[in-house]
Amino acid sequence: MPLLQIEGLTHYFGGLRAVYDFNLELEPGELVGIIGPNGAGKTTIFNLITGVYVPTRGKIVFDGTNLVGLPSHRIASLGVARTFQTIRLFRDLTVLDNVRIAHYSQLRYGVASAIARTRAFLAEEDRVRERSLELLRMLNLERYASLPARALPYGEQRRLEIARALACRPRLLLLDEPAAGMNPGEAARLMEFIQWVRREFSLTILLIEHQMRVVMGLCERIMVLDFGETIAHGPPEEIRRHPRVLEAYLGRGTAL
Amino acid sequence: MHKTSRKPQLIWWVLLAFLPVTVVLPELGLINPYLQQVFMYVGINIILTVGLNLVNGYMGEFSVGHAGFMGVGAYVSAILTVWVLPRQYGPFLFPFVLVAGGLAAALAGLVVAIPSFRTRGDYLAIVTLAFNMIVKSAIENIEAVGGPRGFMGMDKLTNMAWVYAWTLLTLYCVRNFVYSRYGRGVLSIREDEVAAELVTVNTRQCKVLAFVIAAFFAGVAGGLFAHLLQFINPRSFALFPKSTEILVMVYLGGIGSIGGSVLGATIFTVVLELLRPLGVWRWVVVPLTLVLLMIFRPTGIMGLREWRPFIPPGELLRPAPGRQEVKAGAPAAD
Amino acid sequence: MVHILQQVLNALQLGSVYALICLGYTMVYGVLRLINFAHGDVFMVACYIGFFATTYFLTRGHLAPTTTFVLGMMLAMMLTALLAVLIERVAYRPLRNAPRVSAVITALGVGIFLENFTLATLGPEPRHMPALVPVVNYHVGGVVISSVQVVTIAVAVLLMLLLDTTVMKTMTGMAMRAVSFDRTVAPLLGVPVNRIISITFALGAAVAGAGGILYGQAYPIIDPYMGIRIGWWAFIAAVVGGIGNIRGAMIGSFILGFIEIFTPVVLPSSTYRDFVAFSLLLLFLVFRPTGILGQPATKKV
Repeated sequence: MPLLQIEGLTHYFGGLRAVYDFNLELEPGELVGIIGPNGAGKTTIFNLITGVYVPTRGKIVFDGTNLVGLPSHRIASLGVARTFQTIRLFRDLTVLDNVRIAHYSQLRYGVASAIARTRAFLAEEDRVRERSLELLRMLNLERYASLPARALPYGEQRRLEIARALACRPRLLLLDEPAAGMNPGEAARLMEFIQWVRREFSLTILLIEHQMRVVMGLCERIMVLDFGETIAHGPPEEIRRHPRVLEAYLGRGTAL
Repeated sequence: MHKTSRKPQLIWWVLLAFLPVTVVLPELGLINPYLQQVFMYVGINIILTVGLNLVNGYMGEFSVGHAGFMGVGAYVSAILTVWVLPRQYGPFLFPFVLVAGGLAAALAGLVVAIPSFRTRGDYLAIVTLAFNMIVKSAIENIEAVGGPRGFMGMDKLTNMAWVYAWTLLTLYCVRNFVYSRYGRGVLSIREDEVAAELVTVNTRQCKVLAFVIAAFFAGVAGGLFAHLLQFINPRSFALFPKSTEILVMVYLGGIGSIGGSVLGATIFTVVLELLRPLGVWRWVVVPLTLVLLMIFRPTGIMGLREWRPFIPPGELLRPAPGRQEVKAGAPAAD
Repeated sequence: MVHILQQVLNALQLGSVYALICLGYTMVYGVLRLINFAHGDVFMVACYIGFFATTYFLTRGHLAPTTTFVLGMMLAMMLTALLAVLIERVAYRPLRNAPRVSAVITALGVGIFLENFTLATLGPEPRHMPALVPVVNYHVGGVVISSVQVVTIAVAVLLMLLLDTTVMKTMTGMAMRAVSFDRTVAPLLGVPVNRIISITFALGAAVAGAGGILYGQAYPIIDPYMGIRIGWWAFIAAVVGGIGNIRGAMIGSFILGFIEIFTPVVLPSSTYRDFVAFSLLLLFLVFRPTGILGQPATKKV
């Protein structure tokens, strides 16, 4: 049973067609990439899956649950987490708090318990604090726990964003250009990191990326978008040589 | 695993210990009525400021009509004690009357919270402002409660002890709210609402809670105010001066800080009293202060920093000594 | 029927004045995305300027009423524009890049400061604007049209047309629209943003200044509290019409003018006016925040 099923996903912004007839079936454990020139609709697809926009048409089913129309926080608590093209951390909050916040839906106490500081409330808070620290430990961020998120160097900030996403206990992780702004050395280390995260947390990953080395090196399958339409879909070797893909990136007449 | 101490912190016991003092002092005539009144005003203002700080400071929203909630609470509680409840039970029923006023105000808070789901920033400011105006204008049109001429007849049920007790309660409740998933949710809304939603924070729930809690306590403050002055009229709860005053107190003391709110409310109330000889010029100084604050120190005296004793023990992390060993886990990803 | 037409005329007159104030709100919001809550009180100051100027010209200067009217209007427009530019420089410019909370609250503070400063220096007693327009009543089919109404509506419409032409057809106007579309990019294309913003404030205030004189002719009693009332109504007009949109401002203003005149006709008492106006505001804010002529914006993630 596929973890994620997207059928006929189409989205218009007013008169502008951003995504057209996007289809995808993700089996658990897969690592699939989405590439395409800027403005091709890749991030829009992430936004549609995570409920930021409600699609004009189409079906999105995650583990048997229909995601269309659900509020974003509900989708996130069902097991879909994401990172962003530009880092969107809670900059003035501590590193620890950034991770703790993501446990929102996992905490079971109500307002009354919180205000009264019941035993159950304190126990839950302790549990979340421990889990968050553990997550930071695993991602080598523990020493920054009490620092504000904006104090971290760029690479650590990206890691923190992933830590925060992992705190949601996702089964599907959407990574939006995680290698943005990285040089080839950093990108290579990122690739190892993503592989490790996938194994360690048993994740299915959907990846948007521009750096070809990262995409070709990581992804088992790649989907190529151009102007909202899927122009190619297959394993890296196929995509690398696909005439329409080359045309989309390099312009007509440059294929071969 | 680090377990948070189950015992309430020392500071709350210390503060609670002062309660009998507030009962005894006025009884023994050791504190003159004027000082008593100032003390009570400080308390009422603290309650108002802490509540608004929750919405404007911690959540980063634009609520500028807070006095509207105060007005709702004031009128509801006054109507209860003057028309509904038997006089002789007044002093015993007072806390319930205050809660009733608070609940009515909380309902109003719910109404204001709903537009906040889709609007932020300037637009929300106007919504809250419109709400303030509508409350004032609605009361003015209800002849039964005196309309613009006001409502009176309340017994002086408010005293130092009640104000002190409610102030402590407000501080405790808001502090606990802030250091829970709801408080963290509220903070995340201020930082990045969309990102917050995407990491499972139910932003609607948090917004409603923040508005409702702030409104509830403002309503209680309104009830305390009504039974101190024994006379209320719609002008007392208008955008100017009341809502503006509360705004000044929040931004003066420091946004996102409970200690800051206490500080801001105290300083403002006391200074305003000291400036009484200035007469109408006081009201020139107040907005001027607000403008200068916004330009030179928008986060306030204790902006975003909390007074240590108010922070629950579990929140302060002791840096782990010597635990720098890198576990065989994540490869460096930078 | 005649009575209704009479009231329609009153509504048009009032709406014209609101429009002149409303334009200030809408233009400033257009370029700065700031709701200039102080604008209503700037209008109040304009009325006082008008009062002192016209009284002086009439009594000390011994000028004819018509001359006083024209001179008074020019002076009011100039001085009000100056005040607005000053406020922008001193209070708003330092907050150009600050979070919006600060700017909004500062604007509130400035407005309240102006109100109380006027109160403290000039006292709460209302002043009476001298009548300057020779009162001639025209009878058209049973409806009485006073010269004051004619002048008010005519001058207001003239100013609105001038403003609209300026914004739509001149280089300065184009620069203003550029700044309102994208404040960061406009300077890269050679637009002197600070100067344009000052000009926007000046224009909006000047027009409100004219509104002050016209208002004073129709409703001669002025006091320090009038700014809140009228300012708020003009503000609601701006939101209802579509804030940032000049044509919307005009539509919204006439709607508010109608509400003010016709509420006491429909509802039992005139004290309901505020309630109706603010409820309308709330409804628009919740269901159509961009107003009648505004376009809903989609957010980009």
